[in-house]
Order: sequence, then C-alpha cells, then structure tokens
Amino acid sequence: MGRTVTGGERQRRPPGSCALVTGASRGIGAAIAIALAADGWPVAVNYRSSAEGASATVAAIVAGGGNAVAIQGDVADPDVPDRLLAAVREQLGPLAVLVNNAGLRADGLALSLSDEDWQRVLETNLGATYRLTRAALREMIRARFGRVINIASVIGPRANAGQANYAASKAAVIAFTKTAAVEVARRGVTINAVAPGLIETEMTEGIPPGLGERIPAQRAGRPDEVADAVVFLASERASYITATTLYVDGGLSA
Amino acid sequence: MAEPSIDQIEKVITESLVTFGADPDAISRDAELDALDVDSLDLAELSQIIEENFGVELSSNDVSEIHTVGDAIDIVAERAK
Repeated sequence: MGRTVTGGERQRRPPGSCALVTGASRGIGAAIAIALAADGWPVAVNYRSSAEGASATVAAIVAGGGNAVAIQGDVADPDVPDRLLAAVREQLGPLAVLVNNAGLRADGLALSLSDEDWQRVLETNLGATYRLTRAALREMIRARFGRVINIASVIGPRANAGQANYAASKAAVIAFTKTAAVEVARRGVTINAVAPGLIETEMTEGIPPGLGERIPAQRAGRPDEVADAVVFLASERASYITATTLYVDGGLSA
Repeated sequence: MAEPSIDQIEKVITESLVTFGADPDAISRDAELDALDVDSLDLAELSQIIEENFGVELSSNDVSEIHTVGDAIDIVAERAK
C-alpha cells in the first residue's frame, strides 16, 4: 500500500447531517436519541409499534431545544432499511450517525427454543443491524464521515442461561462490528459496539436476580449511562476509535 | 439520461481514482487498478459514483471483471448505450 501512514486530522461533523436511532420509543434507545439531540444532532426516532413512545421521545427532545422526527418502520423487515434511510434523508438530511439499537429477546433454554424465536431474535438484533449498516455505509464513505454504533450486550461475550438466541445475536453483532469497521476505516467512518450490562428498562424485567449480585458496581445501570457512551463514540472526539466494544456494565464483564 | 461520451466517462473515473489516492500521472487506459492502489472499497465507491453519474448499475460480477482503467471506461460506455 502506498497510502499515507502519518497522523491525520479529525473528521468534522458534516454540516446539516443527522443521526438515526432504531428502537427509540423507549428504554436505552430513547435515552440515546435524547442524548444525541442534546449534543446537537438532529435525530430520527425510529419505532416499530409504539407511536406514543416515539412521540414522547420527540417531545422530550423538542422540549430541550433539539430537532427530532419520529419515523415508523420494523427494521427486521428486509425492505425497511433502505426505505427508512430515504425517509431520514428527506426529513432531516444526510445520515452521519446510525445507532442500531432495536432489539428483542425471546428467552428459553437452547434445547427448547422454537425456530421462530431463534429466527426473529437473529433477524431483529443481527439482520437489521447488518442491513441498516450496509445501506448507511454507502452514504458515509462518500461523505468521508460516519459513525455506526451497534448496541450489543454483555450477554454474548458472557453466557446467560435461557438466552442462547439473544447471546448468539449479540456476539455476532460484535464480530460484524469489527470486520465492517476495518473495511471502511480509511474513509473516516468508525463502527463500534456498545455492550450494556444490566440496565433498568422494561426489557430487563424478569432477568434473574442472580445477575445483579455479580455486578462489581453493585447496582444496575441507567439508560442515560449507556447513552453517554454512544454520544462519545458519535462525536468528533472519538475519530480514532473503531472496531472496538465499549462495555457499559459496572464491571460485570471484567 | 443522455448517453455519455467516452470523454465524460473517462473524466469521472479519473477524478474518482485521484480522490481515492491514485497518482494522477500513473492513470492511463492501460493502467492496472492494482498498480494504482485501487482496492475493493475504492471499486465499491466507484460503482456508486458511476451509478449516480450515468445511471449504470454494476454488479459485483461486473466489478470483478474490471482490471484496468480502460476496462472500467468500456463497461460503463457499453452499459450506458
């Protein structure tokens, strides 16, 4: 390779560009959307079924002086990613930050999981992450700036009985993040994963209490603590951080 | 979209290759893309630029057949007819 290996400049946030957060009608996704807006990003708040939740996220952003729109779309549907990105571009401008947050769990022991529960968890958590990233990268490599942040989990790198499908999907998200990141790194596009531990949301209701006892910080995390990590990775300050996984877990994965 | 001239196609492709970091003095119809340090990411981006400028969609099979600058110009000229 004859290309330069000397230090480069930080890429600047393209003027008029925006962020998209999938699954942002509640929980961690809503907190991420609100935090990105507070950092100055116009934010597309994607949701699948809760228009009410998405409206609440948008209202919180607008109340804080930010700019946001809610856009419906089930990202597990293979036809949705391209349509969603077109809608974002039309309503808010070029996409500079993609946060693949939409996810679901359908727990059961590996020996008794149904094919359907395996498939829908993989399609939402992994398939949608892949398709949205693929579509977004086309725009980002041309802009010489992009931030893709995939929400993974401590479950995947670590075992958690009853979540084989979820663990497989999140471990795969981390693997996908690394490889996609090295492919586009020289275009000023970074791709990272954020792996939350036990965070207080509706999605973690019903998780066995044993997990909480193993957390060195001796408490569950809050959605805004995950959001802060995402805002940093989306910022110009994180321009040389790519292909990594940032654990936001109170030390659980140590 | 009106049929582009060979000169127009050559101009867009040459400018793109320079943007990717190729040495402008080394670019010619016979220049091998490997020798210009053009790799698969560059070719993926070049495909997008070609589609935007000329409405020609290149498949990954098409791209795998492009070895020289001239190959790229010729396939776009052929498909844009």
